[in-house]
Amino acid sequence: MATQHSRSAARLMMAPAVVLLLGWMLVPLIMTLYFSFRNYFPLRPDRVPGWAGFDNYVRFFTSSAFWPSVQTTLVIVGGVLVITVVLGILLAMLLDQPMWGQGVVRILVIAPFFVMPTVSALVWKNMFMDPVNGLLAHLWRFFGAEPVSWLSEVPTASIVMIVSWQWLPFATLILLTAIQSLDSEQLEAAAMDGAPKLKQFWYIILPHLSRAITIVILIQTIFLLSIFAEIFVTTGGAFGTRTLTYLIFQRVLESQNVGLGSAGGVYAIILANIVAIFLMRIVGKNLDA
Amino acid sequence: MARAVTPQRKLVNTGVAWAVGLLIFFPILWTILTSFKTEAQAINDPPLFLFFDWTLENYTIVQERSNYMRFLWNSVIIAGGSTILGILIAVPAAWSMAFVPSRRTKDILLWMLSTKMLPAVGVLYPIYLLFIQLGLLDSRAGLVVVLMLINLPIIVWMLYTYFREIPGEILEAARMDGAELRQEILYILTPMAIPGIASTLLLNFILAWNEAFWTLNLTAVDAAPLTAFIASYSSPEGLFFAKLSAASTMAIAPILILGWFSQKQLVRGLTFGAVK
Amino acid sequence: MGRIQLKDVTKSFGDVEVIPPLNLTIEDGEFTVFVGPSGCGKSTLLRLIAGLEDITSGAIEIDGADATDVPPAKRGLAMVFQSYALYPHMSVRKNIAFPLRMAKMDQAEIDRRVDGAASVLNLTDYLDRRPGQLSGGQRQRVAIGRAIVREPAAFLFDEPLSNLDAALRVGMRLEISELHKRLATTMIYVTHDQVEAMTMADKIVVLRAGNIEQVGSPLELYKAPRNTFVAGFIGSPKMNLIEGAEAAKHDAHTIGIRPEHITVSATEGVWSGRVGVAEHLGSDTFFHVHDTGLAETITVRADGEVGFNHGDRIHLTPRSDVIHKFDAAGLRIT
Repeated sequence: MATQHSRSAARLMMAPAVVLLLGWMLVPLIMTLYFSFRNYFPLRPDRVPGWAGFDNYVRFFTSSAFWPSVQTTLVIVGGVLVITVVLGILLAMLLDQPMWGQGVVRILVIAPFFVMPTVSALVWKNMFMDPVNGLLAHLWRFFGAEPVSWLSEVPTASIVMIVSWQWLPFATLILLTAIQSLDSEQLEAAAMDGAPKLKQFWYIILPHLSRAITIVILIQTIFLLSIFAEIFVTTGGAFGTRTLTYLIFQRVLESQNVGLGSAGGVYAIILANIVAIFLMRIVGKNLDA
Repeated sequence: MARAVTPQRKLVNTGVAWAVGLLIFFPILWTILTSFKTEAQAINDPPLFLFFDWTLENYTIVQERSNYMRFLWNSVIIAGGSTILGILIAVPAAWSMAFVPSRRTKDILLWMLSTKMLPAVGVLYPIYLLFIQLGLLDSRAGLVVVLMLINLPIIVWMLYTYFREIPGEILEAARMDGAELRQEILYILTPMAIPGIASTLLLNFILAWNEAFWTLNLTAVDAAPLTAFIASYSSPEGLFFAKLSAASTMAIAPILILGWFSQKQLVRGLTFGAVK
Repeated sequence: MGRIQLKDVTKSFGDVEVIPPLNLTIEDGEFTVFVGPSGCGKSTLLRLIAGLEDITSGAIEIDGADATDVPPAKRGLAMVFQSYALYPHMSVRKNIAFPLRMAKMDQAEIDRRVDGAASVLNLTDYLDRRPGQLSGGQRQRVAIGRAIVREPAAFLFDEPLSNLDAALRVGMRLEISELHKRLATTMIYVTHDQVEAMTMADKIVVLRAGNIEQVGSPLELYKAPRNTFVAGFIGSPKMNLIEGAEAAKHDAHTIGIRPEHITVSATEGVWSGRVGVAEHLGSDTFFHVHDTGLAETITVRADGEVGFNHGDRIHLTPRSDVIHKFDAAGLRIT
């Protein structure tokens, strides 16, 4: 449904958004690529800028901080994904049950998603995980246990738990939406066929949720790969909590080794794109329907 | 989906669900409660739940000491400005894609989405450098632009899915009635899409409000919003639980309230229409 | 004034040509109906005239002026859509006034015209309601009201009655016909329903696959269909089209006999067969007759009092003066 007239109008009206996003994508990307091949220390006048070839890529890759940071990234992303998806499914099924005050419970469960990352990190760090006055320390003492110094003794696990708290609402909400779209007659038919609850879950509910689970995993992965504030506020990258994102941040802004940081940035972009391709496929398929 | 269950079963459901819900909500509740305690009560052993001397002094101290209002104002300007600017740019684009689709529309939509997935840290230095060159570092205008660009794909997507639900015949009727393109969008499309535009506005306001990478790295003093305000409590003020709680409560309260209104749209907005 | 001329108009979507070169003139004040099965291009043709779609080649003239590149807003045509396409966020009054507002007419004149249209269409009591609060028939009238206030050169109707129930449809049909008589403005009306076409049109344009099969008055089409497609499409129940030996007797490849042009008898006739289904409508009865020795099932229209039932033996005699003859290509032999 269109005329030449409206098609050219459409192109014109799409132009600002397309041009802006194209600029937003290309300009920094090209600059990052450029810097990644340079020796560049903006705060070190004694070091002359020059071409570095693939040195930055090699050095970033072979530096002693690289593999631990990849490992930390994977542990955090993987840990949060497992926790949020498993608990998200359980919580979604719970919230789907008939009960009183469903709307209020929903609101309670969703609330953490709206808390800004710096706030949740700080509140957890000080008011819950502080080894002296934190609530968890009180709880430990109440049971006669020695309080744990969470962020220095089990820092990665602590961060996983903070981030999981933030993202559990997202997973729950999407999985709940998906569960509610399940035709209850399917379950009734399965019950009529004599399928026990566990089998109903395994053969009907879980396959029905598979698409939503995939989407939760992909979208969260993209966001989790770049979590920043939670680490910035809690450990500042110390105690082995330095993720790839945080490592690059330190190289670029703290030690001002722009070339090395940019090479790391290119690695991060490649990593994110691998995940993005899978997500785009799913979204794109949905667009046709 | 009205399933018949026994009252006992429903009672158990209710009990379990409320317990879990309160557990998840507890850190927020605890923060709010602590914000009304004195510093001594805040670290009292055993912890005090409801029976303490409620006080508002933390709120006044936080405001006096760190000028909370200025950070709040920066957050409002940055989140509000970037969202409104984004909507102004996205409405025409979404109109084009929803009502004059071409073979490339799908590719453009997916490409826009892909820009959202560019890891911020990968382009941190170029943006940082550009901001210095353009004199935008620690300016609200700079952050408005950056957050607008970050959220633009989501805004376009959400508006696109809402616009697609409006029958094209109505817009054609407006055209037959003598409406120019501008009038068609202004008098017909926009009023009909108000609910969709409102939820887009709301969700993206929340996302911009909570954004904590660019706001931390591109601001210092003048343009710092609430995310940076709270980050500054990292230490040593963080040990003053009551004041930390008051500051935190003030930072999240506006958005918690807005968020509760937008929970339905959240799913749609964050999954790009893949889950409805 | 509203004389609309299509000159060698074609329309393609990508590689698919939906309208092959087409010429048509619609005279001022004429009620023209485009009729054909779904997918025949009738709606596309209407949208080309409206300007909602570009023509691929050719020209459209309105009152002698080339309108090919004029946007829909400037063609001076009004359109009533199948879904009514009312603006849900505006009151009935605002809906009807919208085209006048767009034309920057002054408020007093707008009010005068809206009130005039509302009283003609029995909408005066509903002017402050929203479209969502109206019945289907009322919405239809609002859509018509929105079209008539601007006094357009021509009205375009795109299957306007297909969303209404049967009883309402008959009423609205009459209302639109009366409106045409009173306004005497050109109307182009698209429908797939040949009854609407027959009852309303001054001129019927029968379309198939983008081609004009025949143009003429309802009676011309009824009496002298140019080919087997028009013969089968116009008239209800459908004309019996018989091929083979029976047709050869009339030196034709196919002969057509309308159900109302066959007399029935219990005792004698040219063909004899067995009643399959008898549809008793009260005023008429339709018999579907098998086993006449012809390949086709023959449909016959008889008086309501004629009382054959399923399985009865029946004798049929076609009226020889109204047998239509067609050649192997389906074209009429005169």
